[in-house]
Amino acid sequence: MKGRVFQFNMRNMIFTGLSILILIALVACGGAAAVTEPTGAEPGAEGEAAQAAGEFEEYIYFGLNHELTGAFPIIGESSKQGVDMAVNEINANGGIVVDGKAYGLAYKALDNGFNTDQSAVNAQEFADDEQIVAMIGPNDSDMCMATQAIVTEEEMVAITPWSTLVVLTDSPWYFRACFDDSFQGEILAKYAYEYEDAKTAAILYDMSNPYNEGIASRFNEVYTQLGGTVVEYLSYNGKTGETDFTSQMTKIAAAQPDILLLPNFYEEIIAQTTQARDMGYTGKFMGSDTWGDSSLLEWDTENLLEGALWVGHYHKDVASDAALEFIANYHEIYGTEKDPNDIVALNYDAVYLLKTAIENAGSFERSAIRDGMLAIDQFVGVTGTMTFNKGNGTPTKSAVINQISDGQFKYLDTIVP
Amino acid sequence: MNINIIIQQVINFLQLGSIYALCALSFTMVYGVARLVNFAHGSIFGVSMYVLFFASTFLFERIKSPWFVYVIVLIIASVVTSLIALLLESAAYKPLKNAPKIAVVVSSVGAGMAIQYLILNLAGSKALRMPALIPNLRIELAGIPVPLYKIMVIVIAILTMVILNVIIKGTRLGVAMRAVSQDRIAAGFMGIDTGRVVSASFVFGAVIASVAASLYGTAYSIFAYDVGEGIIWWSFIAAVLGGIGSISGAVLGGYIIGAISIIAPILLPVSSYKDIVAFAVLIIVLLVKPTGLMGKKDIEKI
Repeated sequence: MKGRVFQFNMRNMIFTGLSILILIALVACGGAAAVTEPTGAEPGAEGEAAQAAGEFEEYIYFGLNHELTGAFPIIGESSKQGVDMAVNEINANGGIVVDGKAYGLAYKALDNGFNTDQSAVNAQEFADDEQIVAMIGPNDSDMCMATQAIVTEEEMVAITPWSTLVVLTDSPWYFRACFDDSFQGEILAKYAYEYEDAKTAAILYDMSNPYNEGIASRFNEVYTQLGGTVVEYLSYNGKTGETDFTSQMTKIAAAQPDILLLPNFYEEIIAQTTQARDMGYTGKFMGSDTWGDSSLLEWDTENLLEGALWVGHYHKDVASDAALEFIANYHEIYGTEKDPNDIVALNYDAVYLLKTAIENAGSFERSAIRDGMLAIDQFVGVTGTMTFNKGNGTPTKSAVINQISDGQFKYLDTIVP
Repeated sequence: MNINIIIQQVINFLQLGSIYALCALSFTMVYGVARLVNFAHGSIFGVSMYVLFFASTFLFERIKSPWFVYVIVLIIASVVTSLIALLLESAAYKPLKNAPKIAVVVSSVGAGMAIQYLILNLAGSKALRMPALIPNLRIELAGIPVPLYKIMVIVIAILTMVILNVIIKGTRLGVAMRAVSQDRIAAGFMGIDTGRVVSASFVFGAVIASVAASLYGTAYSIFAYDVGEGIIWWSFIAAVLGGIGSISGAVLGGYIIGAISIIAPILLPVSSYKDIVAFAVLIIVLLVKPTGLMGKKDIEKI
């Protein structure tokens, strides 16, 4: 148009547009990464218990690197709940005794916004902060991987509550409170083939996350070895906000396998199972430990998940007394009737693992904590009994097979490695 | 591949393509008339999802007829999003009328994020499931049971496009919109109130986004506060592919992206390569025809 000062042509406009989109992405990531003030069990910060017993002269600080905002904010929320419960409880019960002196436990939380770059920045910030003795989190595998090099280089112990990514504990400084994907994929494959007598299976997984990919590939491997046939091995890119899986589901429905494995985040499961049924799939669904959120049951208004199986970390029907007490406390503290999900429980255990390590080491020096972790030979957590006898940061612990029936997660079986 | 699977995949394509086409259309409306790349549009879509959710949850407890509820909540969502779009226009765009284009674009990004985080703070981070706005029935189509919602998504989307076409081609407002789109200054000389026409384009964009949101919610059910982010990506790409500002281009772009999303996973050995195919097609089209498939050379200058 004539008479205008700003003459862009179409091509420039598109490039501008695309750069703006990149800008959005960057700002969105950066914006999510607000620094949180030290929170939790600071005296007077949260919880009367902490306040009442909060006579500690000194506090031992750890860093909490969690997914408070971003694609799956429920992870960060659950993580904070579990950590707060454990920290407040520890402080109410006299804190951590090192060399005859009682210290309070406190943490500094940094939100990683479900963003790998920010996860790394947070880890570096914790590493540079001399007060911080160790890091708890992140929970998601992608986020953890982004911090692995930093904690290894800086020689600081990191305990991930929930990341089941196998290669994470290749670092001598990374520990976890859960089993790994290799175990999870293996259990699912064995259970499907041996107990469910399923001879054919299909897999649809989000290839943009190593968690989903790890379980899918391990399942594929073990299931094939056992003699089963994986008829369709399909993927999608979760990073583009994918919600339409109809093309893949039509293929899967045409093959009608006995089992459809969906090792994906629970928020995606309803869309996936609905579309599978709409395309005519009639077999059974199987899932991984991300399924363990009761929202899945609330959303399943058409009972499409009836009979579905998923592998989890614990179940209250077979819970120890300590775990039952934990569940009851959770109901009371958060004023809900919902049971704590796996993330809450594993974060709670992760804090106690750290406490045990510090007590074992008799010191809260960073390197001493690692020795303290490796010295744990049997840790009884709410999610089960763990031993670190593999010489690395992955514990040996049992898994629970859950079945969805009558709108509930029912206990089906325990698998001991 | 047997015929049943082909029919199913064609329906899948039409369903996804219709939703992309509507989203691209709503995105392109504002650009076509106001020459503004409105990145806040994804958030308008998000607001629409939440209004539809809360209104339909409220109404379903009182009224049992789903079609009636559908129409009512669509009207409510359209009104609310139109008001927000108008507010956005007067707060974030009009004051920047004489500023460089890039400032307006950045302003739209900022406004969009402000709305998105407002949703996050008001409605929380937890994902929600949209109530079934279209009755959960199955109909027989050439011997295959097809869920009714899939057919309705296609029908409602095409109906919306036809109505829009009639308005653009046949009404005074439509003529004024086309005039402003062709030459805003000349249109002003001809006595057209260009400011009002631009406002009308924001309202049109918001209403079409609400229709798109209702179909999206019906088809994919689970959503969270950031639902608009993925949508804005694909509608922007579809709009650019078809020729941004061009209405038929947006529809064409939407169906092309839909077709790639369905066909690529069938043909490619790795189904997740479909995004790469979509972007490769975008780049190739832009290299061959920088204005997009239906873009006109004389409209493109700003």
